[in-house]
Amino acid sequence: MKLTVNGEDHDLAVTTLADLLSELDFEGDWLATAVNGELVHRADRTAHTLNDRDRIEILSPMKGG
Amino acid sequence: MLTLYGQDLRSRLLLGTARYPSPAVLEDAVRSSGTEIVTVSLRRETAGGRQGGAFFELIRSLGVRVLPNTAGCHSVSEAVLTARMAREVFATNWIKLEVIGHHDTLQPDVFGLVEAAGILCAEGFEVFPYTTDDLVVAERLVEAGCKVLMPWCAPIGSAMGPQNIAALRAMRAHFPDMPLIVDAGIGRPSHATTVMELGFDAVLLNTAVAGAAKPALMASAFARAVDAGREAFEAGMLEPRDFAVPSTPVIGKAVFA
Repeated sequence: MKLTVNGEDHDLAVTTLADLLSELDFEGDWLATAVNGELVHRADRTAHTLNDRDRIEILSPMKGG
Repeated sequence: MLTLYGQDLRSRLLLGTARYPSPAVLEDAVRSSGTEIVTVSLRRETAGGRQGGAFFELIRSLGVRVLPNTAGCHSVSEAVLTARMAREVFATNWIKLEVIGHHDTLQPDVFGLVEAAGILCAEGFEVFPYTTDDLVVAERLVEAGCKVLMPWCAPIGSAMGPQNIAALRAMRAHFPDMPLIVDAGIGRPSHATTVMELGFDAVLLNTAVAGAAKPALMASAFARAVDAGREAFEAGMLEPRDFAVPSTPVIGKAVFA
């Protein structure tokens, strides 16, 4: 399945958003996720099924003004 | 005492966490500023990366409230999504809402700002809008549900200090009971004192402290400048006049000739 993760193209055999995080070695309780411009809550990642060409954003805390 | 969305605060200085030479310097600056609120942001995490986690731990260890921002967002949809993601990460309804409208001046897109503020307030966010000193925009933000306003006094990071004192004065007069925080453009402690003397409730700084040769010392200087301006406002200042007034009493003065 072709996916865009934080702007980079990937071809991965994953089913859910939780699978994707695990596959790409994202872990930690400080991450926020969105798929195709919509927030996916932490608790919903296991149930959120990904589709071909989905755009995923994985954000974490950063310094800011 | 300053109250922002029901939260009582002793410090009237809000501090950004960007552009410090190291995390240790950031920590020292936060502590010596006495601030109770720091601004933070969200950025893409790298696969397998732990940068965000390390920063998050540092912020949590400081024991201050976090005000996440939507910095760098140029559209309503970007800003709204970033705010929702920030709430997920930082577990706060507070959001410093920035919708940037101009690349060079980083001037807010006030039309997008009002629209995004309406959406987020309706979702239970407590919005701190980064806006201009325009009274009509400010009115619209209040109508959208904002209970704090954060006008710039000069472009972000410019260190120019207050460019339009009359507009800031008008804003204070027009919103006597609304917490007003000057966000952006302050370069020196005297700038902070000036806006606090006008009756603004607080200032938000970043580059002026982070970019100083000694950030922790500058943070301390700003803390005292903010307090001095606030005390002067509360004490009631003299209005300037065009003639001299002797401070030493004239009555009883000796006559030598």
